[in-house]
Amino acid sequence: MVATSRPHVNSVISEPLWVRLALIALALVFLGLFLMLPLFVVFAEALRGGIGAYVEAFTEPDALAAIRLTLITAAISVPLNIVFGVAAAWAIAKFDFAGKSLLITFIDLPFSVSPVIAGLIYVLLFGAHGWFGPWLVANDVEIIFAVPGIVIATIFVTFPFVARELIPLMQEQGNEEEEAALSLGAGGWQTFRRVTLPNIKWGLIYGVLLCNARAMGEFGAVSVVSGHIRGETNTMPLHVEILYNEYNFTAAFAIASLLALLALVTLVLKTVLEWRYGAELAAARRL
Amino acid sequence: MRAASPAWFRRPSVLPGFGLTVGISVFYLSLIVLVPLCGLFLKSTGLGWQGFWQAALAPRAVAAYRLSFGAAFFAAAANAVFGLLVAWVMVRYRFPGKRIVDALIDLPFALPTAVAGITLTALYAENGWIGALLAPLGIKVAFTPLGIVIALVFIGLPFVVRTVQPVLQDIDAEVEEAAASLGAGRLQTFRRVILPAVFPAILTGFALAFARGIGEYGSVIFIAGNLPMVSEIAPLLIVIKLEQYDYAGATAIAAFMLLVSFVLLFVINLLQRWNRARYL
Amino acid sequence: MFLNLGVGLRFAAVGLVLSAMASTSASAGTDILNVSYDPTRELYRSFNKAFIEDWKARTGEVVAVRMSHGGAGKQARAVIDGLAADVVTLALAYDIDVIAEKTELIPADWQTRLPHNSAPYTSTIVFLVHKGNPKGICDWDDLAKPGIQVITPNPKTSGGARWNYLAAWGYALRTWGGDEAKARDFVAAIFRNVPILDTGARGATTTFVRRGIGDVLLAWENEAFLAINELGPDKFEIVVPSVSILAEPSVTVVEGNAKKHGTLKIAQAYLEYLYAPEGQRLAAKHYYRPVLPEHADPADVARFPKVDLFTIDSLGGWRKAQAVHFADGGVFDQLYQPNR
Repeated sequence: MVATSRPHVNSVISEPLWVRLALIALALVFLGLFLMLPLFVVFAEALRGGIGAYVEAFTEPDALAAIRLTLITAAISVPLNIVFGVAAAWAIAKFDFAGKSLLITFIDLPFSVSPVIAGLIYVLLFGAHGWFGPWLVANDVEIIFAVPGIVIATIFVTFPFVARELIPLMQEQGNEEEEAALSLGAGGWQTFRRVTLPNIKWGLIYGVLLCNARAMGEFGAVSVVSGHIRGETNTMPLHVEILYNEYNFTAAFAIASLLALLALVTLVLKTVLEWRYGAELAAARRL
Repeated sequence: MRAASPAWFRRPSVLPGFGLTVGISVFYLSLIVLVPLCGLFLKSTGLGWQGFWQAALAPRAVAAYRLSFGAAFFAAAANAVFGLLVAWVMVRYRFPGKRIVDALIDLPFALPTAVAGITLTALYAENGWIGALLAPLGIKVAFTPLGIVIALVFIGLPFVVRTVQPVLQDIDAEVEEAAASLGAGRLQTFRRVILPAVFPAILTGFALAFARGIGEYGSVIFIAGNLPMVSEIAPLLIVIKLEQYDYAGATAIAAFMLLVSFVLLFVINLLQRWNRARYL
Repeated sequence: MFLNLGVGLRFAAVGLVLSAMASTSASAGTDILNVSYDPTRELYRSFNKAFIEDWKARTGEVVAVRMSHGGAGKQARAVIDGLAADVVTLALAYDIDVIAEKTELIPADWQTRLPHNSAPYTSTIVFLVHKGNPKGICDWDDLAKPGIQVITPNPKTSGGARWNYLAAWGYALRTWGGDEAKARDFVAAIFRNVPILDTGARGATTTFVRRGIGDVLLAWENEAFLAINELGPDKFEIVVPSVSILAEPSVTVVEGNAKKHGTLKIAQAYLEYLYAPEGQRLAAKHYYRPVLPEHADPADVARFPKVDLFTIDSLGGWRKAQAVHFADGGVFDQLYQPNR
């Protein structure tokens, strides 16, 4: 296996310096235009009113409620998707069975379902006129326009992330190590914990980070099922929209920048972990 | 693993946990995805067969599909090219700040789509930083279909980069060296050796970005002009139908889009499986 | 090491319990949920404070008012789908009509329950233009001229935009003596000048004010005043057309929900307080035209220009307007038919 970064530049399999520089420049210009500039705008707008206004945006009670709700939502949906993702990846990568492509396609589906539709389907199920609506109303259970609805919609949207990350990784790694562990007398659970988990942990961490980031940032689907009750069913992205609609642009971008910051911190964290444990990681992959 | 005796359902394996994991997967999948989607299809059948197609294929809906699918296609194509370039630069070259840039690529996954939409609109509107540069050239981005493409490029970029990157990393240097020693130029090696190897990954990334782009709402709604027949995307049409309490009409369009996405993803997954079988 | 499934599951279980608690503790009988449309945010923020104090002074009871804002159509749909509103304060009577029609939460004759058609404050549609009115826009005719860019939200998704549209329609009917074909051409000419249809009133204001697009914004009078105050007193000004529509944002108690929550009395008192002197004063302060102007601050009332106003009933009422203009395939959709 080729090491991630090349220690020496092999002239036959590398490009002339000017080509390399040109390609790097082109890639950076593209990323600059499409990623860094928008990110910069978010922070510039957020800090327009000075640090004081920036901090004030977070300490306002409605903002705190939104942050709390977003954290609760992520804390419920991410673990559930981890359990599912690992189970699905195990089934799909370790076994060959009929309908596998179909199963993978269904797992992918939430990627491509419009967030509007994702919200709509739960309204159709749990809304007052939905399938379970009358029963829910009769028993005083609130799902839509309350926290459970927001959690379910978030689970739907972030559904594929962990599984999608693990499936190709586990497929590539094959079954030999697990088979060896089993033949040495390890139990199934033990094999998973001692052999599989260490092998897939980087993929898993990455999947969890993405899943978490998306869970916190989801807007469309959550907007449909939220009901927008101030301080109660507004997540951070919805709170951003509200502030924006109240012409409170600085606060809107401040909350948005917090979301971006959360994402950046997790992503940088992942990079740092990879870097620190790079040797271990490479060893795991070489096995 | 590739045992010769094919059971009709699954090939035998010594590994345990098949029943448990398939059980969990299918149960959870049904609960979160399948049952709700069935509800959607059932609701749309309220229109009857003819009514369904009338709602799903009305001229305005068709114009919206054309826009949604067209913009998603062009954005995914742009991402396929630039995503490959970015992945290539990230894997092959070293430059200061690379790790930070690498981490940034996932930003579109994490930034709320509404924020992305608002920010891109602010940048590309005629009085925005980029829009002001383009306006004298007669190029209008915000509030035109081009703006939709820009938003979808932003949304879809990580899909291509993140699928191509690992494959590019795994290409054996020896193959390239062999090609070079046989007298192939660098460009030729790229075209004949590297591109075929990463092509399936590019295709997957393209398809994921495309599928995501079709349904995108939050970021597009701010930068599209939302004019019927011109810059009205299909998800907006669903919202409009809902605002008129036309649930059946809304679900008809939703069901149609869902069907197309499903077929698309299914074909890709079959392609991938076939590709994997070829190389194993 | 980093992933302990047991911990993960327990975490999830705790979370579910938490969320279940959060959703059931919502209504204890002393808090009400007011589901409203977008432009009333500022009004109800101060009105709620006044009502809570007044209710405490009168009964000693401490109440809380929770708010939900959004596009009027979307909000009405949310109530139909189960959003547990005790009162609704929406942009137009039709949205409440639909709730009454599709659910049993509100009686069909709701509009007769409170004075003035259940509209404690009114507004109208005016033009917001750049300072100095560089394009010389004075009346509806000017909007239909070639080369003028008009910003309005989409009547399909925004209640305010429906008032915009009907104001133009009503003007045209008056000008051409009720000739509907002429009116249709006139409205079509205006909408040909519309480069962007935002989904909500606030979105359209942002497009006009922040993005700098368009020569004129059609807006609620209260939104136009607010936009000038918040976003640029020295950059924009209001132009009042010769005639416009009397916009009556309606309010009502969602009886079915309020009874269930045990908040019927508070909900009724809440809406009645809108008609009380303090409610009327606050409405005028937030640029809504009070129905009882004698209670409002004369300085506030003096800000409202005299406009010749016609009512929605003179156009046949909301049901007819909705069916003829905004339903699928209605006049508005026909404006965008490609063969035109």
